[in-house]
Amino acid sequence: MSFFDEGIPTLSEKGSYMKGVITLIKNGKKGLILFILALLSLTMTACREKPTLYVYNWGDYIDESIIAEFEDETKLRVVYDTYATNEDMYVKIKSGGSNYDVIFPSDYMLTRMREEDMLDKLDKTAIPNAQHIEERFRGLEYDLNDEYSVPYTWGTVGILYNTTMVDDVVDSWDILWDPKYSKQILMLDSQRDSIAVALLKLGYSINTLDPDEIAEAGELLKEQKPLVLAYVVDEGQDKMIAGEAALAVVWSGEATVARMQNPDLAFAVPKEGTNLWFDVMAVPKGANNKAGAMRFINFMNDPEIALRNAEYTGYSTPNLAAREMLPRDVTTDRSIYPEEEDLVDAEIFVNLGQTLSLYDRIWTEVKAH
Amino acid sequence: MKRATLFPYVIWMALFIVVPMLLVLYYAFTVPTDAGATWSLDNFSRFFEPIYLRVLGRSLRLAVISTIICLLLGYPAAMVMAGNAFSRKSVILLLFVVPMWMNFLLRTYAWLTLLERNGVINVLLNALRLPNLNILYTESAVVLGMVYNFLPFMVLPIYSVLSKIDKGVIEAAGDLGANSFRVFTRVIFPLSVPGLVSGVTMVFMPALTTFVISRLLGGGQFTLIGNLIEQQFLVVGDWGFGSSISVVMIVLILFSMAIMSFFEGEEKSVALW
Repeated sequence: MSFFDEGIPTLSEKGSYMKGVITLIKNGKKGLILFILALLSLTMTACREKPTLYVYNWGDYIDESIIAEFEDETKLRVVYDTYATNEDMYVKIKSGGSNYDVIFPSDYMLTRMREEDMLDKLDKTAIPNAQHIEERFRGLEYDLNDEYSVPYTWGTVGILYNTTMVDDVVDSWDILWDPKYSKQILMLDSQRDSIAVALLKLGYSINTLDPDEIAEAGELLKEQKPLVLAYVVDEGQDKMIAGEAALAVVWSGEATVARMQNPDLAFAVPKEGTNLWFDVMAVPKGANNKAGAMRFINFMNDPEIALRNAEYTGYSTPNLAAREMLPRDVTTDRSIYPEEEDLVDAEIFVNLGQTLSLYDRIWTEVKAH
Repeated sequence: MKRATLFPYVIWMALFIVVPMLLVLYYAFTVPTDAGATWSLDNFSRFFEPIYLRVLGRSLRLAVISTIICLLLGYPAAMVMAGNAFSRKSVILLLFVVPMWMNFLLRTYAWLTLLERNGVINVLLNALRLPNLNILYTESAVVLGMVYNFLPFMVLPIYSVLSKIDKGVIEAAGDLGANSFRVFTRVIFPLSVPGLVSGVTMVFMPALTTFVISRLLGGGQFTLIGNLIEQQFLVVGDWGFGSSISVVMIVLILFSMAIMSFFEGEEKSVALW
């Protein structure tokens, strides 16, 4: 049994090999053309398959049985990929080479992509189910005329905490800087969300363009770093359910699911304010299957489907018809479905334009610190 | 005939090695402007700021520690496997190789649950009334992850070289009066240097550039050079800075390869496996 003794590649004879490569390039023009033609014909035949819809969504953000149902109903094949942060998704779409038909950016990312001409307008006549969207979630600043997006979920950012480990009242972002909870704090590994927490603690706008305020937030995060157990995105929920940490910054929907699985957990939206956010469905420019994308968005807004999705993900649905079918104790829980007056201090992220590079830099520094 | 068969490989290499390398160089030495891009060294000067040099220092330190631990664990293991005394060498070999058939990410995730405060290891320690082990999200966990994942890359090349040493040479040394310690220091060890060098290389390189292990087991707190590069490409979208870090890494790796080949001495080629 010695499959490592034989066939050992060596690094010798490099020089003569390179010479061979060069002569090959000199003599092989005809062959090269043939080879490329052969490659091309291969890729072309691969295109004629069942029509496919490429969907790019956040991880664990859909009841996956819904996808199968959509496939059955429309006879489309769905290729479903996931990402962890808006920035991951943006960079992938921006760099080209991907061919997604439906994406799920957040509010500020939608604005950014729209401003950079990366999105196609939706054909609203093909999405009749958009009528179920709650009135207060229409014509918001990130998409004033609702031309580019249909909201998918919404919520706030707050602190999920374990009541057996935390005996203070959790009503302020300050608790995340309390040395008492050293190495028991989970922060979000997501640039704008984490910087927003520091900005809120300082009493600044989460959309500030002032370099001094941003720098101050950066310093605050660096100062906090020794207290932080880990910077996480999707693992945070599991860690909290397992009782591995006392406090975590989470999106409200995560909190809902976690609280169902561990009754010791509680969720609070700090008094300094929060980020009101929307994740929306949109279509990137150059999508190959626009018609399929419209059918998908419409399907997702079917009240029954939206209901099942809301139940599965735990996130708040902007679909009024679906919300009305949810259990009363869920829809009256103001940490899940905050009312207008709860959201006075809540700010929606806006695209930062040029100042974004400053946020990028600060976050890189915080992480490298 | 030889040329014709080489041809696809050349195209392949040009498309997927040479062109990407040129792109990396291009992005590293340019900064975007309104009118396209201009040549600049800004990306490099940013890298030499203290905060990023500390990241480089941390990466080098953890990679060196992991390599040394792998060497200390791996060399004796390889000797046992190559020796005559042990008849079940294929079993041990298999034990080293089989985990590698499993997905690397999965194995690292497994450590995540093993090392948790209320994880398997601590439950066992509690049952035995031993003190708890809380190393998840520390540098120790990152080193553990690296050693665990890269140890086979140290053991296998050393084993491969050791098992090919002519037994006659060792017997001759013994016949000429050398004790077993002297046989090791004067015969076995010098002959195993090529395997050792490729083992060290194959552990050190991935340890220096890993980003998954440090993110999962370090909880995103111990930014290594790999994390910095990943962040620039996947999160921030600053390809220029990311590329310049990559170029610095390429230079560093070439430099360490040069040092390695110096130690190889007269050996004509290095066995990679």
